[in-house]
Amino acid sequence: MKYTLIAWMRDKPGVLSRVAGMMRRRNFNIDSLQVGHSEAPGISRMTFVVDGNDRMVDQVIQQLRKLVDVTQVENISEQPIVAREMAMVRVATNADTRAEIVQIVNIYRGEIVDVALDSMIVQIVGSEDRVASLVDLLDNFGILEMVRTGPVAMARGRLERSRRRGTAVWRAQADGRDAVSTERFKTGGV
Amino acid sequence: MSKRNGKAAKAAPEIPVQMKGAQMIWEAMVREGVRVVYGHPGGAILPAYDALSPYEAEGKLHHVLVRHEQCAAHMADGWARATGEVGVCIATSGPGATNLVTGLATAQMDSVPVVAITGQVPTKLLGTDAFQESDVVGVSAPVCKHNYLVTDVNELPLILKEAFYIAREGRPGVVLVDICKDVQNAEGTFRYDFEIELPGFEPWPNVDLECVRKAAALINQAERPLVLSGHGVQLARMGHELLALVEKAEIPVVTTLLGTGNIPESHPLSLGMGGMHGEAYANQAVQSCDVLIAVGMRFDDRITGRLDKFAKQAKVIHFELDRAEVGKNIVPDVPVIGDLAETLPALLPLIEERRHQPWLQQLKEWKGETAQSDILNYEVDELIPPYVIRQLWFATHNAPGGPPIIVTDVGQHQMWECQYFTHDHVGQLLTSGGLGTMGFALPAAIGAQMAYPERLVWAVAGDGGFQMTLQELAVIKQEHNLPVKVAIINNGFLGMVRQWQQFFYDKRYTGTPVWSPDFVQLAAAYQIPALAVTRPDEVGPALEKAIATPGPFLIDFRVKEEVNVYPMVAPGAAVDQLIRRPKPAVMQEYSGVQPSW
Repeated sequence: MKYTLIAWMRDKPGVLSRVAGMMRRRNFNIDSLQVGHSEAPGISRMTFVVDGNDRMVDQVIQQLRKLVDVTQVENISEQPIVAREMAMVRVATNADTRAEIVQIVNIYRGEIVDVALDSMIVQIVGSEDRVASLVDLLDNFGILEMVRTGPVAMARGRLERSRRRGTAVWRAQADGRDAVSTERFKTGGV
Repeated sequence: MSKRNGKAAKAAPEIPVQMKGAQMIWEAMVREGVRVVYGHPGGAILPAYDALSPYEAEGKLHHVLVRHEQCAAHMADGWARATGEVGVCIATSGPGATNLVTGLATAQMDSVPVVAITGQVPTKLLGTDAFQESDVVGVSAPVCKHNYLVTDVNELPLILKEAFYIAREGRPGVVLVDICKDVQNAEGTFRYDFEIELPGFEPWPNVDLECVRKAAALINQAERPLVLSGHGVQLARMGHELLALVEKAEIPVVTTLLGTGNIPESHPLSLGMGGMHGEAYANQAVQSCDVLIAVGMRFDDRITGRLDKFAKQAKVIHFELDRAEVGKNIVPDVPVIGDLAETLPALLPLIEERRHQPWLQQLKEWKGETAQSDILNYEVDELIPPYVIRQLWFATHNAPGGPPIIVTDVGQHQMWECQYFTHDHVGQLLTSGGLGTMGFALPAAIGAQMAYPERLVWAVAGDGGFQMTLQELAVIKQEHNLPVKVAIINNGFLGMVRQWQQFFYDKRYTGTPVWSPDFVQLAAAYQIPALAVTRPDEVGPALEKAIATPGPFLIDFRVKEEVNVYPMVAPGAAVDQLIRRPKPAVMQEYSGVQPSW
């Protein structure tokens, strides 16, 4: 079974390698991993899809929590979530096929972001299924190049603020105050 | 901020002082209560060594020069295991740092608090494959609780404070701080009154009292309860509470290797060590109990044997601080996550006074059938290792200055030590349990001896393991004749490997015969008095002489070659499927001693 996990971590050099290293060391199977900024400055948000069973996922979560830079981990697999991934596909075109491709992309609510004489770049954002299905269709025209992200995800519904463990710096940041490194020293770091 | 020390009074704000990064290292250590650091200098750590001299001159810190960095980590580890305080080791970049790794992994696997400081090439050279550069943070990350690369001198004080905090708090472990050479040379602002705030670090999870109540209910209903206790009891210093608990409800206790001595082993409720080389009755007890109370242990494969056949009749209660250990190998019926120092005292009043005579009677019968052939109380005509260990117990257990500390290496002698030495005190046995690091005994014994100069410290090693780190004999001398006693159980083989080859590889002894130097002459070269022992009747007098001789002493016990450790559970077998030891047993009477913590 596939599980979707979200982890928040301090944006520190090497944090990605710590997470990836732990996953490899403990023989966990990652399907995809996306990392980027979160709403809090200095905190990155990582979305994982892992393949396994309940026990293994529990271990993934517990081991992630043990990493000092990881501030929070959440398993959103059993909640209603919005999960989206993105793909850019450079597809071969000619005068005969161009119109048809545009039509297909429109049906999928994708976008043509670049056009050349013999190819186009198609961009699509959507659920894993939708992206996969468009990619399959485009494959009939000849895919020259493709880049596809894993999913990023959020739970639907109201956000429970209390689930965050705030820190002085974090609270300062939430209040819109700038937490520069001097601030970090006053409070002992994020 | 340490929980066990209580919430420290908020430190008065400190006036920041300008100093070099190199000095900050030592300043931080003095604040952390460090007295001894073990290390080896080199290019990238030279500024730190230079800044150390005033601290040494003032007697605030003492540096011990090791002969190999691995041993610096082992010494810090030995110190930390003996005292419960953070041990500190220091090395230079590149080879110095990579040499540390085995020692750090050893400490981390056994939850020992160690802080390692390493020098790193200057910031500008990072990543250029500079001379003596290695990616120490990358190399050490898998064997550390956390680690840091310091590239800004102003971050150094906070990082050092965090390092000690992380190493010490919660389940202890290893933190490495890799400091670029230019950071050591740079001037920065030093203060140490930070409040540590690490939102991702949750050392002391909140205890769910409902789980404690559930655990108590299960224990109160049990007909055949059993405690399986591990290193956590020692780390939480809960020996007394555990003893009170098992006496109140009359629950027998099996320990893991690192849990040795959690309750006095001569206590009638103690079944000694379980697992691969545990006694048959201890493993039988695990397999037959109806409630298994695991306390501060992690269900290592050496204790469980085949997992799907482990304690099948039992409901399992798991008292554990590290929630990642709960459900990792065994899914408990009742997990009790939290500090044992909270959960055990909370449990005690909920436990009814019970007697479990039929169960204890059953155990006694099993014990009668299969117990240690206490050959050791008898005359033996050949010098066999269990006899040596038993004599060691006779010679040392009443030592003045407190219970002796036995530091073993890894292999057959380690298991014999567990079986034939009666550990009546917590923390009497220091051994590399998780990683199983050969070469651990001598350097760790040096660390323990420096922590407790007045106590009797014995390093017990095989001829194979001893030769991995014997160069540290020089440290014994350089540190003003440290009174470490060394017993080499010399059987001319890598004995445990040979035993496996005998059992599982049809006696093809590939790579296991060991040639050794004459250890008595070797000791002489290090100016350490030594004796060789070849006959059983020489053992007692040799031990007495070693103990009576001030300073270090080495005994080379030239024991019978092909002796096996029994009983033995074959790797991957269920723990009750074991190769048994043949002879009958003589029981020890309970001496009534209390655990030292």
